[in-house]
Amino acid sequence: MSQPHDAHKDEDDEVAPGKSLADRMYLPAIAQGLGKTLKHFFQPKATVEYPEKTIYDKDEQSRAIGHANPRYRGEHILVKDDQGREKCVACLLCMAACPALCIHIEPEPAPSEWTDRERRPKVFEIDMLRCIYCGYCEEACPCDAIRLTPKMYTPTVSRTERVYDKKRLLENNPEWQRPQRPKK
Amino acid sequence: MFLSYAFSDLLGSIVKGFGVIFVVLNIVPGLIYLERKICAYIQGRVGPNRVGPAGLLQPIADAIKLLFKEEIIPRNADRFLYLMGPVLAFLVPAAALAFIPFGPRVDTGSGEIDLRICGVDPGLLMLLAVTSLGVYGIALGGWASNSKFALMGAIRASAQMISYAVAAELALVAIVASTGTADLQKIVAGQIAPLKLGGVDNTILPNWGIFHQPIAFVIFLCAMFAENNRLPFDLPEAEPELGAGYHAEYSGLKFAMFMLGEYVAMITMSALCVTIFFGGWSGPGATSTLVTGWGPAILGMVYFLAKVVLVLLFYMWVRWTLPRFRYDQLMRLGWKMLVPVGLANLFITGVLISL
Repeated sequence: MSQPHDAHKDEDDEVAPGKSLADRMYLPAIAQGLGKTLKHFFQPKATVEYPEKTIYDKDEQSRAIGHANPRYRGEHILVKDDQGREKCVACLLCMAACPALCIHIEPEPAPSEWTDRERRPKVFEIDMLRCIYCGYCEEACPCDAIRLTPKMYTPTVSRTERVYDKKRLLENNPEWQRPQRPKK
Repeated sequence: MFLSYAFSDLLGSIVKGFGVIFVVLNIVPGLIYLERKICAYIQGRVGPNRVGPAGLLQPIADAIKLLFKEEIIPRNADRFLYLMGPVLAFLVPAAALAFIPFGPRVDTGSGEIDLRICGVDPGLLMLLAVTSLGVYGIALGGWASNSKFALMGAIRASAQMISYAVAAELALVAIVASTGTADLQKIVAGQIAPLKLGGVDNTILPNWGIFHQPIAFVIFLCAMFAENNRLPFDLPEAEPELGAGYHAEYSGLKFAMFMLGEYVAMITMSALCVTIFFGGWSGPGATSTLVTGWGPAILGMVYFLAKVVLVLLFYMWVRWTLPRFRYDQLMRLGWKMLVPVGLANLFITGVLISL
């Protein structure tokens, strides 16, 4: 014979084991919580106030957030060599590697005084709207001529502006024109 | 007799009334700004900072936005009650402010001015009577919207506000018993002298109600949050469950009126809390119940406002700290903890008085 169910029994009235009177009065926990929020009130804020600041700014706040990861794959640059020319030899490997078919290169013979290479790109265009920022072009490049940089927002008012030509790629995010990428 | 007493100085009451409403309506945008800023700061954000210097004009932008919004009245709503809801939600707490003394009596030379709008002897009782009408705005608004979520919010609000009014009033009865008066001006006057600690005079602590009735203060504090439907007791609005609760079907200026009413109710409760537990308008330099000249009176008003704002800041601080109670927890806390503790407190107070 089973116990009759006590409909009036309030299950929450049963004191949970290990709950002291202080726990059940809520007050110490509330004071603790208020202390916690007060601490957070005075702590530095995580917000980066775009557009006045971006996560690439080198100030302390942006560094603390750590979003400006150097390995983030954003807009491409074409790397210049020590004479200020593009490193690209128009081998088209990046174009072949690109899964989104966003790279368009038209090669031409390099000028005869450029003794280190035979070809250079006459046209080098990347359609940033098609690009999926996978980084395969960077991996495919034998000359370290194309790099993805963490730069990610460049507002434009038209779609045609999102197709970057060679000049723009050479001048894009110049900070990342360092001789070598930081190796991990 | 009551009316002739309360409104013997009708013109003065009207002037004071306009003054109080002016101040309250000007505090509310500041409160909304502070609420958003404090919320943001506690959550590690920056908060509104685009409109005006440091975002100070944000409430004005909000008000303009609400002004231009489409006014939607649900098809099957009870139009009259639907329109009355927000009006009552604002009017009732604003009316309750009439009984709060915001300064001492001033002797201007040509007569005395009592710095409260309606100077009646049972001011505390009148205030409680008026604030308990506050549930009508919410209940009517929720019911007249003809929406199940609004109705649920309104039902929750009614049950909660009535339950916690009992606890709040028990706490206040203990105060009335220990001070021997329900006249708020006299309650303030009783808190001016320095506190006597075991027969020893001290010069730092004032004779505030919170030192005489700490348990009543805790009960009143809990009940205050519940009466205003603020977190941790904001079940009538509970966004995840009810959309927006009783004002789910309101838009534009009518929604703004509900918002305004909520903040005015907060101000009223804070003012009552300050009057009873924190010495009202008294403070250094404002220690006399009858002053000549406006200097000490203005000082008293500034003290009062500052104390009220501090209590309001505490409201916001708590709001962004504590999670929402479950409904059965809310009722259990009200009926099974606060009411018995309030009764016990009243009993102990009675014993101590009769000794």
